[in-house]
Amino acid sequence: MTRAQEIFSVKNRQKITWVLFLLPAVIMYLVFMAGPLFDSLRLSLYQGEGYNPTTFVGMQNYRDLFTNPLWREKFFNAFTNTCIFFAIHMLVQNTLGLLFANLLSSEFRGRNFFRTVIFAPATLSVLVTGFLWTLILNPNWGAVNKAFIAMGLREFALPWLGRENLALPVISLTSVWQWVGMPTVMFLAGLMGISDELLEAARIDGASEWNIFWKIKFPLLKPVIGVVAILTFVDNFNAFDVIYAMAGAKGEPSYSADLLATLFYRTGIAGEHPVGIPNMGMGAAIATITFAILMSGVLFWLYFSRKQATE
Amino acid sequence: MRLNKPQLLFTYIVLGAWSVIVLFPIWTLIVNSFKPQKQIFKDPFGLPETFTLDGYREAWNNGRFDLYFINTLIVTAIALGLILFIGSMAAYALAKWKSPISNFLYIFFIAGLMIPIRLGTLDLVRLIKTLNLQDTYWSLIPVYVAMGMPIATFVLTAFIKELPGEMFEAAKIDGASEWQVYSRIVLPLMRPALATVAIFNMIKIWNDFWFPLVFIRAEESRTVALGVSLLFGQYRTDWTRALAVLSLAAVPMLILYMILAREFIKGLTAGAVKG
Repeated sequence: MTRAQEIFSVKNRQKITWVLFLLPAVIMYLVFMAGPLFDSLRLSLYQGEGYNPTTFVGMQNYRDLFTNPLWREKFFNAFTNTCIFFAIHMLVQNTLGLLFANLLSSEFRGRNFFRTVIFAPATLSVLVTGFLWTLILNPNWGAVNKAFIAMGLREFALPWLGRENLALPVISLTSVWQWVGMPTVMFLAGLMGISDELLEAARIDGASEWNIFWKIKFPLLKPVIGVVAILTFVDNFNAFDVIYAMAGAKGEPSYSADLLATLFYRTGIAGEHPVGIPNMGMGAAIATITFAILMSGVLFWLYFSRKQATE
Repeated sequence: MRLNKPQLLFTYIVLGAWSVIVLFPIWTLIVNSFKPQKQIFKDPFGLPETFTLDGYREAWNNGRFDLYFINTLIVTAIALGLILFIGSMAAYALAKWKSPISNFLYIFFIAGLMIPIRLGTLDLVRLIKTLNLQDTYWSLIPVYVAMGMPIATFVLTAFIKELPGEMFEAAKIDGASEWQVYSRIVLPLMRPALATVAIFNMIKIWNDFWFPLVFIRAEESRTVALGVSLLFGQYRTDWTRALAVLSLAAVPMLILYMILAREFIKGLTAGAVKG
């Protein structure tokens, strides 16, 4: 063997070692995650009952979803509701998170306690949170209405989950209650990274805390805000458990809390009244559209965060 | 920074108010699960006047919670073990192998952080049927392992890249194989990162409701989350039992959280921190 061949074979052997290290992870990830995700694209071009839709129909499922009044109404209702659900998280959850983080970034007694408490609900199951709040919001015996009545505010003792215009915002706020710890902790980490000297210098120059927040902290937090925004987007465009627990698989009352994920579940998995048989092709079409929405959001974010980083 | 008096007051009022909003529901959950129904309606906030374990007894006997706990434990433990093992092996190769293939695979794995696996559920249902795993808790394990790969490769690759390279070189010169370097040097050093990945996945898997809902019907295969949803439906009007069921699901995680708060917070936000 020449020396060149020897080096080649050693290199080759090294390559094979790396491939073996990667193989189990790649196989699991391909077979049980990436594969099914991409196969959903293909499945969305088929129709047929049960688990093996075999009739190729091209874009018919999508056409139905966008133009057939029966589907269109359901789809756009779920889409709009999902946008509202996301918007409430974006505005309320992340604003509260920023406020809490800003308060937690200074030194005072009990700071760790507050941080631990704010984050605690994030460790609960979403389902448990949802069920717990349906009991607390129960119009007859729930603690929320009891508290309102005790304060003499009987007009606020409403059937929170029973009204079409209330259910979705109330459920969104329940979810905010659970997840606000996430942006809080991320913003806190970002704030801790801002140099103390910079803030001290601004204070010595007589800047108010309000101005320091908006003129110094906020601009420096922009990358963190980007990460928080994209995570809020991905998590909430796909939310299911909290709706299932508080409004059922149909997003009741009368579909006012129906999200893309509950529509996907009813269409592709559970099967919807009156047929009762899952329509996998249509379910896959809904999943594919959700996928496309998420992808465009993520690419949009990547583009902007890159652009900002290079500026 | 030190706060002046009004700032301190504002901080305490805001954080104190939110803490009440967080703790109050958890308090009502636990305290009312020990009260008879009538007393819950009469006094939903106070300590129980007559202490009862009926709710728990009923949930345990009727709902077979012992079984749900064991099932969930088995699924979580096996899935976590596999995630840590094959995830750390892959991460080692991704960090040390400089080639277009490994760069591509890294991005391929990381992309999964942003794309929820649930969107592939319909094909997973078909796949699980083909593998003849439907209605068993074994069906959950491969799905959870796949779901754990993005976070595992993301966190662990970043961690290995931070380790000083001379350490690996020295071992290699001494004749150690990649496997020996991985198992004897890298794995023990990686413990803090492995803990982060483990906690992240543990919370996700323990609390997952979607895949049990889709894959499992049979009582003997149910997980805690699935059991909770079915029992809660039955007990909707019997608050003592309903709250006992919810407490059974929530309390183990809450206790772990109280012991390991710092690690939990680090673990759950791992996906967001740039590696």
